[in-house]
Amino acid sequence: MTQLFEFEKPIAELELKISELQKFSAEKGIDLSQEVMTLEKKTALLKKEIYGNLEPWQKVQIARHSERPNFYDYVPLLFDDFIELKGDRLYADDRSIAGGIALFHGIVVTVIAQVKGKDTKENIKRNFGMPHPEGYRKAIRLMDQAEKFGRPILTFIDTPGAACDLGAEERGQGEAIARCLLAMSDYHVPVISTVIGEGGSGGALALGVANVLLMLENSFYSVIAPESCASILWKDTTKAKEAAAALKFTAQDLLRLGVADELIREPQGGAHNNLHQTAEELSQVISRYLVRLRTESPEALRDKRYEKLRAIGSFQEIYDNSSKRLD
Amino acid sequence: MFKDIFRKTKYVTIKSGQTQNRSSNEVSPQKESGVVNRKELPDGLWAKCPKCGEVLFNKNLEENARVCTTCEHHFRISASLRLSLLVDENSFEEWDAELKTLDSLEFPGYEEKLLEAQEKSGMEEGVLTGRAQIEGIPFVIAINEAGFMMGSMGSVVGEKITRAIERAIDLRLPVVIFSTSGGARMQEGIYSLYQMAKTSAALGRLAQNRLLYISVLTDPTFGGVTASYASLGDIMISEPNALVGFTGPRVIKQTMRQELPTGAQTAEFNQEHGLIDLIVARNQMRPVIARLLRYHQEGAQYDATV
Repeated sequence: MTQLFEFEKPIAELELKISELQKFSAEKGIDLSQEVMTLEKKTALLKKEIYGNLEPWQKVQIARHSERPNFYDYVPLLFDDFIELKGDRLYADDRSIAGGIALFHGIVVTVIAQVKGKDTKENIKRNFGMPHPEGYRKAIRLMDQAEKFGRPILTFIDTPGAACDLGAEERGQGEAIARCLLAMSDYHVPVISTVIGEGGSGGALALGVANVLLMLENSFYSVIAPESCASILWKDTTKAKEAAAALKFTAQDLLRLGVADELIREPQGGAHNNLHQTAEELSQVISRYLVRLRTESPEALRDKRYEKLRAIGSFQEIYDNSSKRLD
Repeated sequence: MFKDIFRKTKYVTIKSGQTQNRSSNEVSPQKESGVVNRKELPDGLWAKCPKCGEVLFNKNLEENARVCTTCEHHFRISASLRLSLLVDENSFEEWDAELKTLDSLEFPGYEEKLLEAQEKSGMEEGVLTGRAQIEGIPFVIAINEAGFMMGSMGSVVGEKITRAIERAIDLRLPVVIFSTSGGARMQEGIYSLYQMAKTSAALGRLAQNRLLYISVLTDPTFGGVTASYASLGDIMISEPNALVGFTGPRVIKQTMRQELPTGAQTAEFNQEHGLIDLIVARNQMRPVIARLLRYHQEGAQYDATV
């Protein structure tokens, strides 16, 4: 049974009514096709109305949907081949980050992705998609290889945030993420990052220092989880809905703020409603950017990535001639 | 005991002539009636050490660089005080003080928060940057201001630090950054998050230019600042007992239902886990940094002649 959100219930009710009518008509041999058609039209309109005007919090729910496709769902649809490579050579293999070599539209690429589980068992294995330092260090190791062998890097972001437990602190979570940011800023190969679900704070950004940032249209990417923001602002985690609106973190917001380069269409109601269609859209858009980036020189790739980062932010410069001196 | 006598005088609040920072002379009535941080030091004659409980004469505390004379607990200090304790007199030239923060997300309560922080800290934003000298050796310095929204990093903090690093490359100077921060500033949303990437990328360029970066962690340094420029030093220094980590202890407790062992996330804990090089007491900071700068100065000169 697909997980249904509160805002989807009117649609489900109409769909139930339609199926009841169809059943009734089949059983009694009465022609109700006219009524069914009217209801179907009404449903289509309602869907357009609801899914076309999703609020930030509703998008958060879709992005976190338990059946939302994860990286492994996309692998056979996006790549002609994928060889997964494991471990950071220092401590462990973190299963909340997957990485390896893949064949994408005939091009050999390095792929790094955050992976959430689909059920409790898998989530425990993958730490709910929250990477530890060893995950980030594995990512650096594999991306360094991409640089060495001149392979483009594709990253897929989907995490509530970096792991926040004692082990993560002991092994230098902050350092691992910082090293990832620095490493990614310095590569001479194309880097394309795609947010496919949840982009949770620094833990997500660690894979997001890219030439091109793409976002699935119902994904979000935020400096802080809406629940934590609500807890800090209003001391009330139930106000996450208000925080979601204040943080301006939907794919549409990020496009407007100049952080995301392009949004990728999802099937109506979200990626979980049609994996193949979503994968096809992803494949087309990523491929288009990859073709373009491969024409750039290694130096230009690195410099333009730096310039792109350099331009993110909002401030005002007030010039006055009085030079300020302290002490 | 004298201590007990002093404790009973807690109702007496006498303004000390010597003030903690530039702004405290101009404390507005608004601020006094507003929310005041519990941990904030009183502007009175006495201060109580949060670690050993000793009641200290504020004047003695000032003379000891705000380090407890009994247990050597390092009180949090303002960026301007830290600067004056560290660099050669009259050597500091401030950069980019004209950068002004914008509330571009129209985030609830942000403008008021900024005004409050400016009043409280006497600074325009959460970091002071510029060039200075220690024992005559020039270098680029950045100091987070804890009194400004807990040193959190928004667009201006990220931009000032990035510009300072870029200018250090142009001038071929080493960089020393003192961090104190709660992390990325949520009120500027995704812009704040990407300041982590921006500052880290600039440090990457500094490293390619073979210029030294010393990162000094002071109490507290967390979140997006730990996960960016604060962790990327060629040499990692911390003040004794400073709390440093990625996730704050309260959040770890709430989300993981995990009680942290005593002493977790202190400078000593971080050193034990291989994350920092040196723990340096405040009164030793200037000579230690001077030595490090001097040894790398020779290297830089050698490099320039190649």
